[in-house]
Amino acid sequence: MLENDEHKEEEKNLTESEIEVLLAEVEVIWDLIGNDSFCSYKVKTKTQQFCRNEYNITGLCNRSSCPLANSQYATVREEKGLCYLYMKVIERAAFPARMWEKVKLDRNYAKALEQIDENLIYWPRFIRHKCKQRLTKITQYLIRIRKLTLKRQRKLVLLSRKVERREKRREEKALIAAQLENAIEKELLDRLKQGTYGDIYNFPIHAFDKAMEKQEEETESEEEEDEEEPVTREFVADDGFEESDLSDFEDMNNLKGSSDEEEEAEEESSEEEESEEELEEEKTKAQSKGKAPLKGPIRKKRAYVEMEYEQETEPAQKSKAT
Amino acid sequence: MDSNEATTSESVSKKRGKTKKVKRKVKPDEAPVQEMDQAEGEETEKKSVSGPCFPPTFSVSEIKNKQRRHAMFLKLKEEKRKQKLELKKKKKKERKALGDQAPPKEVPKTIENQRIYDETTVNPEDEEVAFDEGTDEFSAYFSRLTNPKVLITTSDRPRGRTVRFCEQLATVIPHAHVYYRRGLALKRVIPQCVSRGFTYVMVINEDRKVPNGLVLCHLPDGPTAHFKVSNVRLRKEMKRRGKDPTEHVPEVILNNFSTRLGHSIGRLFAALFPHDPQFVGRQVATFHNQRDFIFFRFHRYIFKNEKKVGIQELGPRFTLKLRSLQKGTFDSKFGEYEWVHKRHEMDSSRRKFHL
Repeated sequence: MLENDEHKEEEKNLTESEIEVLLAEVEVIWDLIGNDSFCSYKVKTKTQQFCRNEYNITGLCNRSSCPLANSQYATVREEKGLCYLYMKVIERAAFPARMWEKVKLDRNYAKALEQIDENLIYWPRFIRHKCKQRLTKITQYLIRIRKLTLKRQRKLVLLSRKVERREKRREEKALIAAQLENAIEKELLDRLKQGTYGDIYNFPIHAFDKAMEKQEEETESEEEEDEEEPVTREFVADDGFEESDLSDFEDMNNLKGSSDEEEEAEEESSEEEESEEELEEEKTKAQSKGKAPLKGPIRKKRAYVEMEYEQETEPAQKSKAT
Repeated sequence: MDSNEATTSESVSKKRGKTKKVKRKVKPDEAPVQEMDQAEGEETEKKSVSGPCFPPTFSVSEIKNKQRRHAMFLKLKEEKRKQKLELKKKKKKERKALGDQAPPKEVPKTIENQRIYDETTVNPEDEEVAFDEGTDEFSAYFSRLTNPKVLITTSDRPRGRTVRFCEQLATVIPHAHVYYRRGLALKRVIPQCVSRGFTYVMVINEDRKVPNGLVLCHLPDGPTAHFKVSNVRLRKEMKRRGKDPTEHVPEVILNNFSTRLGHSIGRLFAALFPHDPQFVGRQVATFHNQRDFIFFRFHRYIFKNEKKVGIQELGPRFTLKLRSLQKGTFDSKFGEYEWVHKRHEMDSSRRKFHL
C-alpha cells in the first residue's frame, strides 16, 4: 500500500497526451480479444460468452465487463471470509505488478457499502453498481456457509471396492453354509419336542411313547402281558394316525376360530398333501402287497400246486413198487 | 497303419484326434519312444496304461503354442481326475474289506470346523455371564418389566425403497412406528423418544436410493449397535412368498451367537420383540449368525406331523454385519465403544470370527 502511495505521485504527473495514448491502446486491446476473437479467459457457450478472469465483476465477456479492455476498473473479491475492493486506474497501466489496488472492506454490510461509495466516488455508475451487487451476493453466501456448518453435515465414508467385493463374496458363501431353512426347521422341531408349544399340536407320539415306557417301568413284571397289548395297540394307532391328523387339523381350525384364509388354504394344502401321502402310502402298501404280503395268497396257490404234485408222484411210486 | 487308425479315431472323437496331432507335432519335445507308447496306449485304449505319461520334468507351460498347450493341459487334468477316482475306489474297497474295523470316516474340513477358538465364547453354565446378563441394560426387558416399543426412522430424505423397507419392517416388528425424519439431529430425537416411552430407535441409513446401514439404539441409555445392511429384499421381490404377516407376535430364533459379543447382540435382537409369542400366528423371525453375517428371515410355519414342518417365507429379508457396538446411546464423538470393527486387525484371518 505504501508503494502505491509513492507511485501515485508519479502517476498524477501523466500528461493528457499520454492518457490519450493509453486509452487508444485499450481500444486496440478490445479489438484484439473482443467479440469473436480469441481471449484465453473467454468461455463460449451457445448463447453466452463468459470471462474466467478473476477480476471480472460480472463474469460475462462484455466490452464494459472486461478487466483487460477497461483502463478504469473495480471488483469486489472475497478471501477467507473477508471482502476486498480491487481498483485499477489508467495511471498504473504501465506497472502490472502494482496495477490493482486492494482495499479491505468492513465486515458490516452497510459500512462496506459506504466504503465502496467512498472509494469509487466519481467512477462510472455501472462499475459502482456492479461492485455493490457483488458484495451483496458474497455476504449472502458467507452467511449461508456459516449456517450450514452449524447444522449436521453428512460425512462421506469411502468404500474400498476390493473390500466390498470381498465382503459380498463372503456373504454369499456364508449364506450357502448357513442352510437357513434347514436350521429353522430343525429349531422349530426341537421346540415342538421340548413342549414349548404346549397342547396346541396334538401329535406328540414320542411323548406318548415315553409316557408308556414310564408306565411300563413303574408297573411290575406281572403286567408284562398287558404291556404287550399296548405295544401292539401302538402299531394300530400308527396306521390310523394320518386320519386322526386330518381330524386334528380340522379341530384346530375350529379351535383357532380365526378365519384366516391362508391358514385354511395352508391346511387344505397340507390336507391335500396328507391325502396325497395317504394315497402314496396306499399305493406303496398295494405295491408291497404285490411283493411280500401278496405271498399270502400266492403261497396258497403254490401250496395248491405242490399238493397236486405230491398226489401225482405217489401213485407213480406205488405203481413202481409193485 | 497308425495314420489310418488315427483317422478312424478322429471320426469318433474330435478331441482325441486333436491330441494325436498335438502329440505328433510335439515329437521333438518329448522322447520318441515314449510318444510311441502313448500312441499305442491311446489306440488300444487300455486302462492299465492310464493315458499319456508325462515325463517328470515336463511342464505344460513350456509349450509355446496356445492351442497345443491348452490341449495338453486338458489331458493333464483328465489324467489327474482319473487318478483321483482310482484312489477313491481303492479306499472304498479297503473300507469294505475291513468292515467294522475300518477307521472312522474323516470329517471334511469346513470353515466352521476350522474356526479359531474365540476366548470369549460363552459356556452355557458360566456364572459370570449369567450374572452380567442379569444386571445389564436388558435385564429390565428380560425380567418382564418393560414392553418393547420401536421407533423406525431413516436418514434424511429417504427414497422409495427405503421407505417401503421401513414400512415392511414395521409390520414385522410388533409395536413399531415409522416416523419421517425431517432433518432432526439424532441426539435431540433420542431424549424425546425416551420421554414418550420408546425402548428402541432404529435408524436406517440410505445411500444411493438403497438402504445400507442400520443403527439400533436401545433407549434408556442402552447399547447402540451399528450394522451394515446388505441384500435387502422387499416383499414383492420374494419368490413363493405367503400372504402378509398378521398382527400376531412372532417367535424369535437366534442361531449361532456364541461369543460374549454375540450374546449381547443376540439379546439386543431378542428385546425387539414382545415376550410372549402368539403361537396361533405361527410366525417366526430368525436371526441367524454365520461367519459374522446375521441373516434375518421371517417365516410362517406349519407342522405337518411331529417330524416335518413346512415353512413359507413372508416378510422382508436382509443381512446385517456388525460394525460397532457402543455403550451408551448414539454419540459418535464422545461415545464409549465396546467393539469396533477394525478391518486391518480383524479381517486378516479367514478363520476368525467375532460373533
